[in-house]
Amino acid sequence: MSDSSDKGSPLTPAPGSGSGARSSPVTARGRNAFARTTGAAARNDRLFNVFVWAVGIIVILFILGLLFMLLRKGLPQLSWDFLVGLPSEIEEGGGIGPALFNSFYILFLSLAISIPLGMAAGIYLAEFAPDNRFIGFIRICVEGLSSVPSIIFGLFGISLFVDIFHLDLTILGGAVSLAFLNLPMLTRVTEESLRSVPTELKSASFALGSTHLQTIRTVLIPVAMNGIVTGICLTAGRAFGESAVIILTAGVTTSGELWDFNLLSPGETLAVHLWYVQSEAIVPDAGDIAQKATAVLIMIVLAINLVFRLPLWMKARKLKG
Amino acid sequence: MQATALIEINKLNLFYGAFQALKHVSLEIPQRAITAFIGPSGCGKSTLLRTLNRMNDMIPGARVEGSIEIGGTDIYAGDVHVETLRKKVGMVFQQPNPFPKSIYDNVAYGPRLHGITKKRELDEIVENSLRSAALWNEVKDHLKRSALSLSGGQQQRLCIARALAVGPDVLLMDEATSALDPISTIKIEELAQELKDRYTIVMVTHNMHQAARVSHQTVFFLNGEVVEYSATEKLFSDPSDQRTEDYISGRFG
Repeated sequence: MSDSSDKGSPLTPAPGSGSGARSSPVTARGRNAFARTTGAAARNDRLFNVFVWAVGIIVILFILGLLFMLLRKGLPQLSWDFLVGLPSEIEEGGGIGPALFNSFYILFLSLAISIPLGMAAGIYLAEFAPDNRFIGFIRICVEGLSSVPSIIFGLFGISLFVDIFHLDLTILGGAVSLAFLNLPMLTRVTEESLRSVPTELKSASFALGSTHLQTIRTVLIPVAMNGIVTGICLTAGRAFGESAVIILTAGVTTSGELWDFNLLSPGETLAVHLWYVQSEAIVPDAGDIAQKATAVLIMIVLAINLVFRLPLWMKARKLKG
Repeated sequence: MQATALIEINKLNLFYGAFQALKHVSLEIPQRAITAFIGPSGCGKSTLLRTLNRMNDMIPGARVEGSIEIGGTDIYAGDVHVETLRKKVGMVFQQPNPFPKSIYDNVAYGPRLHGITKKRELDEIVENSLRSAALWNEVKDHLKRSALSLSGGQQQRLCIARALAVGPDVLLMDEATSALDPISTIKIEELAQELKDRYTIVMVTHNMHQAARVSHQTVFFLNGEVVEYSATEKLFSDPSDQRTEDYISGRFG
């Protein structure tokens, strides 16, 4: 390439070139031409560094302290009998078995309803929806719904299942209402994650002769999976700890049996039980039960995150190998 | 032209909404040779390349008039299956764009789409494609490693292997070396030279030296029109249009 007529700028500024007047040329002898500058920019940079580190450490300490305080009393007292035992109304030593079971059962049912629907809606919005005002309006609605207080969904559930279907307070009503609560969040997360997949990858797939469905299935969703799983984790964690919706639609009692898969049984969950023993229960050891239930609740939410992320970690590790 | 024409473009007009990006383009692209499209940015060379595998279909508002025949079939006819077309007309992009999957899965991606599931068959396709793309010796011991761990030049050769794996007749290269360093660029150019015996290659390039080094025919575009189309040697040594001469001598563009 002989035709390069690049008028490259010289490495050192020309003598007397105004702006660079204060810095001496790098060739000056007897001193470090690259010494640390002392101007306001450097000082602000150091201050900002200190500030960010300090805030980071404070926040992490706060979270660890919170976890420690919540788990300190409950965790050491946990026993198998407590986890699977039946609750007691009057005497000491009641367990949380049915409530714990209901928590998982309702969470599973609600996710089984909301993950397919939410992901389908997210895929539609990201890949198929035309770019017009109506879809823009739908998007705002989804966004709005994902920040509506959960008690609104509870009231909606109660009017749907109790007033219209005359079903009373049931596991079914709780699970479906909880699914409504999860839906907007899952839809948004799926759409956002799919949109963040680079278009180059999409083009690459189409250029190899794939159909739209094949591209979504084999490129878009796998690449977006990390974001989608993060969304599912957040949703599942929130749903597991949700109380307002469950109190209104599944009630504050259980059928009193441990493995009750009947969809029409009352479905008090662990989070609701926690609220119940702290506010209404008359058992003498209500405080202890609350501490232990708290510990269980936190450990399970942490475990849910772990379980959902494990496959992603393993896949990432396999690719590095 | 020494070879028979494989692609015949006839009075092609392409519009993006009201903007006409290609104007009355008529070209015959010979089989098993390298044809280069050159011209300044926005002259329509990439647009024309993307009509050959109908990637422009995905741009809202894009509209085509005229005809493009590949091997005698009008690819814009109603009964053309665009997925089958893209299988036969492969494409390599400006930025290396491997999937975030293993090297093996990248190459096997296309064949799997088109229904090949037997491991032995896939293994064979992957090896042959990587050999054709001159990448086999560098990656044969870690096919399970992420494609993103490769260097830019290796990634681009992987993308070529991925395109070859579905068995195309035509390979479109859209400024395939513009994001690469000079040594990787030379490797891709050498590769193109080897592949031209089996494939019809159409490349868009910003780099006139590349067109001069690699191609047999060169087409010079300006503002959506073909200004000059001739054997590369002639176009660069004895252009018949003043605008071509101005462009290749660096007076604009």
